[in-house]
Amino acid sequence: MTLRRLGIYSASLLISAWVALPLLLITIAAFSPRDTLYAWPRRFWPEHFTLETLRFFLRFAGVWQSTLNSVLVAMLTIGLAFVIAAPAGYALARFRFRGRDSMQLAILATKMFPATVLSIPLAVAYIRWRLYDTLWGVAIVHTALSIPFVIVIVTSVFVGISYELEEAAMTLGSSRVNAFLRVTLPMAAPGLAAAAIFTFVLSWNEVFAATILTLNNRTLPALIVNSILGAGAPLHFRFAGGFFMIVPALIIIFLIRRYLLTLWGVTVR
Amino acid sequence: MAVAEADLAVDRPRLRVNWTPYALILPTLLFLGVFFVYPMAQAVWLSATDPQTGALTWANFRRMSADLYFPQAVRYTLLIIALAVPLQVMLGLAIALLVNTRFRGHAFFLYLTAVPIGISDLAAGLIWLSIFTERGYLNAVLERLDVVQLPLIFLTVERTDWLLGAIVLTEVWRATAIVMIILLAGLQLIAKDYAETASVFGATRWQTLRHVILPLLRPSLQTALIIRTILAFQLFATVVTLAGRQIPVLAGEAYFWYSLYRSPNVASAYAVVILLFSGSITWLYLRFLRADEGRA
Repeated sequence: MTLRRLGIYSASLLISAWVALPLLLITIAAFSPRDTLYAWPRRFWPEHFTLETLRFFLRFAGVWQSTLNSVLVAMLTIGLAFVIAAPAGYALARFRFRGRDSMQLAILATKMFPATVLSIPLAVAYIRWRLYDTLWGVAIVHTALSIPFVIVIVTSVFVGISYELEEAAMTLGSSRVNAFLRVTLPMAAPGLAAAAIFTFVLSWNEVFAATILTLNNRTLPALIVNSILGAGAPLHFRFAGGFFMIVPALIIIFLIRRYLLTLWGVTVR
Repeated sequence: MAVAEADLAVDRPRLRVNWTPYALILPTLLFLGVFFVYPMAQAVWLSATDPQTGALTWANFRRMSADLYFPQAVRYTLLIIALAVPLQVMLGLAIALLVNTRFRGHAFFLYLTAVPIGISDLAAGLIWLSIFTERGYLNAVLERLDVVQLPLIFLTVERTDWLLGAIVLTEVWRATAIVMIILLAGLQLIAKDYAETASVFGATRWQTLRHVILPLLRPSLQTALIIRTILAFQLFATVVTLAGRQIPVLAGEAYFWYSLYRSPNVASAYAVVILLFSGSITWLYLRFLRADEGRA
C-alpha cells in the first residue's frame, strides 16, 4: 500500500516538474538581463534580475497598441458569443425539442472543426464586406471558435439550477422574463463569468486567424508572429513576449478551474 | 450533458409545437451558417477556380502539389501527429488516472497540469525556444554537466530530427492537458462499483484498469483522439517559432501562400487539403474504434 502511495507521489512530482519547469524557465529568461541571455557559458540563474528585457518588449513598436487590440477583440468576442450562443445554451438546458440531439452533435462538430483554416476564404470575403484588417473581423472568427464552448458551459450552468425556482417566481406573479432575470440569472452568474473568461483566453491566444485577417491592426499574437517571421525579432524580445502572453492564462485557468471538466468533457458515442 | 428529465419544461400541450427553443437556437445557427458553412464552401470554390476568370480549374491544386514544400508539408504534418498524439494520450491518461486516485494534493496537481490549456501554441513555442535555442537552457545544463564545451545547435535545418523532436516535445507539453481533461471527465462518469466488483472477484489493479476501466473509457479516448488529431492539423505557431519554414507544415504553407505569395486560391487549396485530411481521419477513428467494439 505504501509502495503504491510512493509510486503515485513520485509520478505526480515528476509530471508536475515537466509542466512547471518550462514555465519557470521562461519567467527567469524574461527577467534576465540581455547579456546573460546571449553569453557563453550560459548562466542558468542571472546575477541580478531586471525589468529591462520586459521593458524592451513593451517599448517595441506596436506592442502596446496590439495588446490593446487583443483586449478589445476579446471583449467583442465575449459580447458577440454571449448574445448569440447563450440563448442556445439556455434552450438546450430548459427545453426538450425535436432536433435537440442534432444540435448537440453540431456543437461537438464545431468544437472539433479545424476552423482557423477557414480564415483564408474568409479573408477574401472580408475584403468585400469591408471587415478585412478590422478588430470586428477578428472578433467574429473568434466568436465562431468560442460558440461551442459558451453553449456547453451555459447549458451545464442552467441544468444545475432548478427550473422549479423560476416556476415558483412565476406562480407568485412574476413574468417569465422577470423570473429569469431576478431568480435564475443571479445564480447563474459565476458559471457565466467562467464562460466569459474562457472566451477571453481563447481569443487572447488565437494566432492563425488573427495573423491572416489583419495587416495594420494586429492583435498581440499576430504582431509577435509577424515580427518573428518578417523582421526576425531578437531572442530577448521573443522570451519577454512569451512570458507576457502566458501571465493572463495562468491567472485565468486558476479562476475557472471548476469548469475545466465541463469545457472539454463531452464524448461522442 | 445529461439533463434530468424532470427539470425540463416539456410536455405541455402535446400537439402544439413550442417554438421558443427554436427561436433561442436560431442566432447560433444563422451565425455558424454565415461564418462556418459559407467559408467552407468558399474555400472549395476558391481552390477550384481561376482568380482572374473565375472559371473552374485544377491549376491551384497543381500549383500547390508542384511546390517543393508541399510533399514535405504533408509528410511532416502527418509525422508530427503520429509522434505527438499517442504520447499526449498516454501521458494524459496517466495524469487523469493519478488525479482520480484523489491523493492528497490532487486538486493542485490537476490545476498545475491543466495550466497549458490556457497557453497558446505561440507562447508554448517561445517557451521551448528558450530551452532549445543555441544559448538556451538545455545547452546551459549540458555545459554545467561538462557534456559540451561549445553550445550545440539543436534548431537547424541540418538536424531535422532534432527540430522535429523539439516540435513534438512542445506539442506534448502544451496539448496533453486537453486530452487529460477529456479523459478525466470520462473517468468520473464511470461508477466506482465496476472497479470494486472487479477487485472483489480478485482482479489486480492492472487487470481492472486493462479490462474494466479502459473499455468503459473508450468514448472519451475516441473524443480525445479526434479532437487532438484535428487540432494538430492546424499546427502553425509552434512550428514557426521553433523551426521557421525549415519544417514545413500544412497550415504554415497555407499562411505563406496567402501572405507571402498573395495567392488566396492556392492557400484555399491547402485549407481544403486540411479539411479533407481531418475529415477522413475522423472517419477512420470512428470506424476502427467502432469495429473494435463489435468484436469484443
